[in-house]
Amino acid sequence: MIPRLYVPGDAAAVAVGADEVAAALRRNAPDVAVVRTGSRGLFWLEPLIEVATPQGRIGYGPVARADVPGLLAAGLLDGGAHPLRLGPPESLPFLQRQTRLTFARCGIVDPRSLDDYRAHGGGKGLARAIALGPAAALEEVVQSGLRGRGGAGFPTGIKWRTVAATAGARKYVVCNADEGDSGTFSDRMIMEGDPFVLIEGMAIAGFAVGATQGYIYVRSEYPHAIATLEAAVAAARAAGWLGDNAADCGFAFDIEVRVGAGAYVCGEETALLDSLEGRRGQVRAKPPLPAHAGLFGRPTVINNVISLASVPVILAEGAARYRDLGMGRSRGTMPIQLAGNIRHGGLFEAAFGVTLGELVDDIGGGTASGRPVRAVQVGGPLGAYFPRALFDTPFDYEAFAARDGLIGHGGVVVFDDTVDMAEQARFAMEFCAIESCGKCTPCRIGSTRGAEVIGRIMRGDNVAANRALVADLCDTMKFGSLCALGGFTPYPVMSAMTHFPEDFAGPRIAAAAE
Amino acid sequence: MPEDWDADRAAAVIAAHAGREGALLPILHDLQAAFGCIPPQAIRLLAEALNLSRAEVHGVVSFYHDFREHPPGRHVLKLCQAEACQSMGCRDLAGHVGARLGIDMGATTPDGRVTLEAVYCLGLCATAPSAMLDGRVVGRLTPARVDALLEGLA
Repeated sequence: MIPRLYVPGDAAAVAVGADEVAAALRRNAPDVAVVRTGSRGLFWLEPLIEVATPQGRIGYGPVARADVPGLLAAGLLDGGAHPLRLGPPESLPFLQRQTRLTFARCGIVDPRSLDDYRAHGGGKGLARAIALGPAAALEEVVQSGLRGRGGAGFPTGIKWRTVAATAGARKYVVCNADEGDSGTFSDRMIMEGDPFVLIEGMAIAGFAVGATQGYIYVRSEYPHAIATLEAAVAAARAAGWLGDNAADCGFAFDIEVRVGAGAYVCGEETALLDSLEGRRGQVRAKPPLPAHAGLFGRPTVINNVISLASVPVILAEGAARYRDLGMGRSRGTMPIQLAGNIRHGGLFEAAFGVTLGELVDDIGGGTASGRPVRAVQVGGPLGAYFPRALFDTPFDYEAFAARDGLIGHGGVVVFDDTVDMAEQARFAMEFCAIESCGKCTPCRIGSTRGAEVIGRIMRGDNVAANRALVADLCDTMKFGSLCALGGFTPYPVMSAMTHFPEDFAGPRIAAAAE
Repeated sequence: MPEDWDADRAAAVIAAHAGREGALLPILHDLQAAFGCIPPQAIRLLAEALNLSRAEVHGVVSFYHDFREHPPGRHVLKLCQAEACQSMGCRDLAGHVGARLGIDMGATTPDGRVTLEAVYCLGLCATAPSAMLDGRVVGRLTPARVDALLEGLA
C-alpha cells in the first residue's frame, strides 16, 4: 500500500507554510501520496500534517519545510517518534473537548473528492430529506431549533417555511459566504475543508422550499475557498448531484459560485442580494422580506454558510440529536472561532453554553503574548468588548444580548493589556465609515462624526461633554440605522466606554508627557 | 501582466457572460483580470451591453473596494488591519512597511513596484498578523518576515 500523508490546504495553514511542506514531502518522499485536506482548526499547530497508519492517523506539528528530512528519517511514514509528534489528533484535548457535527469531516477528507465525502457519511442528509419529502424535511429543520449562524440568530426552519409557502415561478437559495467579520473563519474553513456539506445543505434547502437555483456569494478575499467551491460544484454536477435531475430524484437544482468585490456591507443579506443582481451593495428596507421578495424579486432563502452546512447532519441524524444539545433557545452546536492574541487559536465547535472564560483561559490558553487578557471582542467588528468581569457569560444568543453584547458569527478576538480601548472604539467608527453603504444617514454621517468625537476624547478635549456626545450619537445610530452595520457599531463603542472608562479619561500618559 | 486597453477584447469578455443573471460583477472581475483595472472606456461598453446608464455602471464600479480605476503597481501587498490582526500588532507592522516603502496605505511606490493596501480580514485571524501578497496568503508576520517578502520583489 502506498503510504498516505495529509497536509492541510486550508488558507491559514498555507499562510504559515503548508504548501512548502507539501512540496518538500513530495520531493523527499516521491512514492508517498500527499493528500491536501482542510484544517482541523488547531492553528497554533499548523502546518499540522498527518500520516495514515494501521492504528489510525498520527499528527505532527507545527512542521516547517526544514523539518521534513528529519521527520522522514525518524520514521514519519510509520508514525515514528519525533519531537513534533502529536499522536492521534483526536486525542488532543482541544479536539477531544469539541462536539463536531458541522465540522465532522473538516481536516479529514479530501475536499475535492465526492467519493471521500460519501465514504465519511456525506450525502445521508439529502437522501433522508428526499425520503421524507419536502414538507417533512423542512419540519426537521424547524424542530432542530437551528438558528441563523451568520449573526442574527433567526430560526432557519421558519425562514424556509415562509419561502415554501410563498408562491413563485422561480425561487432561489442564496448562501451568504461574505464572511467579513474579523476573528471569524468558520465559513472559510468549511468551504475549503468540506465544501460538499454546504452543497448538500443547499440542495436540501432547494428541495424543501421548491427552489431551483442556488448562489454562493463568497468574498473575494477568500481565493482558496472560491477555487475549492468551484471544483466541488463541478464535481457535484458531474456526479448528478446538481442539475436537472438532482441526486437522481427528479428535482432540478443547480448552484453557481459568485464572487464579491470587497464590500463588508454585502454580508448584510439585502445588500448581498443587490450585489448579486449586479448593483451597488446597498441595504434594502424591510419589508418585503427576502423570503417573500428576495433575489430578482423572487422568494429567496438566504442563509449563512454554517447554517446551511449544519442542515445535512440534522437531516441525517434527526432533529432531536441536534436540539438536545445547547442551552435555552440556542440549540445545537456553534463553531466558535478563537482568534487574535490567543495561545491556542482555532475552530472550536461546541454545544451552546460554554462560558467565555472557559473559551479564552482554559481552551484558548490565554494570550499568545503571555500578557494578561484585558478585553475580548465577541461577534466581529460589530460585537461588544467584554472585560474579564463578564467571563462567566455563557455562549448563548440571549445571554450575550442580556449583557449588551452579541455572539454574531462566533468570533472571539482576544486582546492583551497593551490594548488602547479608545483606539478600538475609534476604529469601530472608522470601519463603519469605510464600509457604510451610504443609504441611511445615521450610519453614513454618524460613523465619521463618531470617529472625530472619540479622537477629541483621546486628545483630552472636553472629555465629559464629548463622552456624552458619543453616547447620544450611538443611540441615534442604534435606533436610526437601516441595518446592523450602523445599528451595531455602537456595541463595540459603548462597551469600550462602559467597561474600560479609564481609557476614555483624556490624553494618554505618554502623549501628556510630550 | 495586464493587457493594454482593447475594445474588441473587452467586448469579448462582456459577451462571454451573455444571458447570465446579474452579470455585472462577474464581468467587472474578468475585465479587471484582463486590464488590471476598469478603464473608463469600459463603462460605456458595459452600459450598452447591459442596458444600463453609464452612471449606474460607474456607481457600481466606484462602490466596491476591489475595482480600480487605475492599474496598481507590479505587486500588491494587502495588509490586514482588522481587529484580530490589531491584537497582534498590525498597526505597528503597517507603520514599519509604510516607512520602508516610503508610502502611505493605499499608495504605490514611485517606481511602480508595490501598491500597499489595507484589507479588512482575510480570515486568517488565528495566525495574525496576516497579509496577502499578489494573491498569496501569509500569516504570523513580523517586520523581518515582511522585509524578506519585499526583498524578493522585482
